[in-house]
Amino acid sequence: MSQYFLLRHRDIPGIGKIDVYKKNGGFEAFKKAVTSMKPAEVTDAVKASGLRGRGGAGFPAGVKWSFIPNNIWPHYVVANADESEPGTFKDREIMESNPYQFLEGVAIAAYAVGANAAYVYLRGEFWPVAHFLDEKIAEMEKAGFLGDKLFGTDYSLRIHTHLGAGAYICGEETALLESMEGKRGQPRIRPPFPAVYGLYGKPTVVNNVETLTNVPLIIEKGADWYKSLGTPDSAGVKIFSLSGRVKKPGNYELPFGTTFRELIYKYGGGIIDDRPVKAIMAAGASSTMIVADDKALDTPMDYASVRALGADLGSASVIVIDDTVSIDWVIGKTIHFFEHESCGKCTPCREGCYWMLHLIERIEHGEKTKENVELLHSVAKQMQNKCLCPLGEFSTMAVTTAIERFPADFKD
Amino acid sequence: MLAEKYPQEVKKILAKYPPEQKRSAVMPLLYLAQRESGYVTKEALKDIAAMLEITSTEVVSIIGFYTLFHDEKAGKYRMQVCTDLPCALRGADKFLEELCGNLGVKVGGTTADGMVTVEAVMCLAACDKAPMFQLQSADGIEYHENMTVDRTMELVEALRKSKA
Repeated sequence: MSQYFLLRHRDIPGIGKIDVYKKNGGFEAFKKAVTSMKPAEVTDAVKASGLRGRGGAGFPAGVKWSFIPNNIWPHYVVANADESEPGTFKDREIMESNPYQFLEGVAIAAYAVGANAAYVYLRGEFWPVAHFLDEKIAEMEKAGFLGDKLFGTDYSLRIHTHLGAGAYICGEETALLESMEGKRGQPRIRPPFPAVYGLYGKPTVVNNVETLTNVPLIIEKGADWYKSLGTPDSAGVKIFSLSGRVKKPGNYELPFGTTFRELIYKYGGGIIDDRPVKAIMAAGASSTMIVADDKALDTPMDYASVRALGADLGSASVIVIDDTVSIDWVIGKTIHFFEHESCGKCTPCREGCYWMLHLIERIEHGEKTKENVELLHSVAKQMQNKCLCPLGEFSTMAVTTAIERFPADFKD
Repeated sequence: MLAEKYPQEVKKILAKYPPEQKRSAVMPLLYLAQRESGYVTKEALKDIAAMLEITSTEVVSIIGFYTLFHDEKAGKYRMQVCTDLPCALRGADKFLEELCGNLGVKVGGTTADGMVTVEAVMCLAACDKAPMFQLQSADGIEYHENMTVDRTMELVEALRKSKA
């Protein structure tokens, strides 16, 4: 694509500097919203654009904002920059290279829901990114885009960064809020949802970094323009994080509806050593295992089409696996990850991950018996639909589908 | 006492959160406490608990839950190599094994001079730049991406020299 909307630094070097960002229309959308639109009109515009959450769940962003009640105050906006799904590395590039567009999105979201304070929750490993954003926030304050009485109105806003400290679970929004409150990051029972009972028990919008980075464009160019990109089911552009056994891994900003084949071969340069592609995980480690046949490769990457393949697009973290890799080794890696990251709150996830790890280790160390494989499948199946948050579910998806769709890899 | 040693930083951290929600400052304060020795000492732990009006046990539960907080001394630098699926598909396991061989340590071990502790960690959101690791020290965290064993050994030598 010749023109980027999210990774705009690839078109406009230096867009991470406030002067350059301003020269390229920066903060015009925020100014337009605050000076000429009612908060509800901003929410309606985002709703009409069809923008769906880019963190994995794909929930319509504008609809989420409209759930914020106006009889409980104050309100908060929290940007989820916990980016920890294996295979996902898009939010970091946005924040490092196009930070103002992201922060402007945070500011517009805050105006739309009447929040005077917004937080960016970054995973602890993004320590330098947080310090970089602190500098950008200070620049915005100096230039009058954050602070009191913005653009001569009564609206005030401050943005703060908050660093996590290494816990995948904090990407789950209620765990993230617990963590921000200075507690262990364990998910809350829902309902109530964060829109009603969020940070400090107050109405809170939690959105992913990439989701928020879309918002200034929607306010500037309109919902119809935004919908003209992508597919009817999945509006706009998406950053696909491509990793694994491809020649050119990296972030690719493409319209929804691009096929797996185009992503892997046209953009990713094909498979290392030109081997055949064997399997695809479309949503990081939290994926089902897709058999990479012609049908799958020619599937357009939008939410509905990928679901029809028995998978999910999630945060579009496409991990590519070739025929040099055995699938039992792959799920050994994913199980090890989830066993480490299970927060321990729900018994099926805590104990299930532990036993899945034991079984896969047994299988990988030579005991690839029918009994062990069936037992692993059964443990995974029994964990499903039994946990408070999706982590428990995620940990089983690759396991069950690997055994079902790649049976040869589980036989000696 | 943190508030005496780093008055500006502590003030800035507490100002981020509503005054009645100061418990939110526990994680940034733990990072501050790790700045000196790379881990949270018992004294710092009690200090933070008193400052935020929570129990020491609650602070300990935070340290135990999150992987970037430590209650034990390790090497001056923690070299945390990502060996998760996307990195492993690009040779991270082999990288870690060879690195440990070169440094003469096992995974989790510290070099004889106390400079580097090598650890295997979960995804660091740099899957397209494997093999990679982060270097955690009292000064913070930095990423080293698209690494080879040779370049990593050069880095270790540079760290050793900078100490001298």
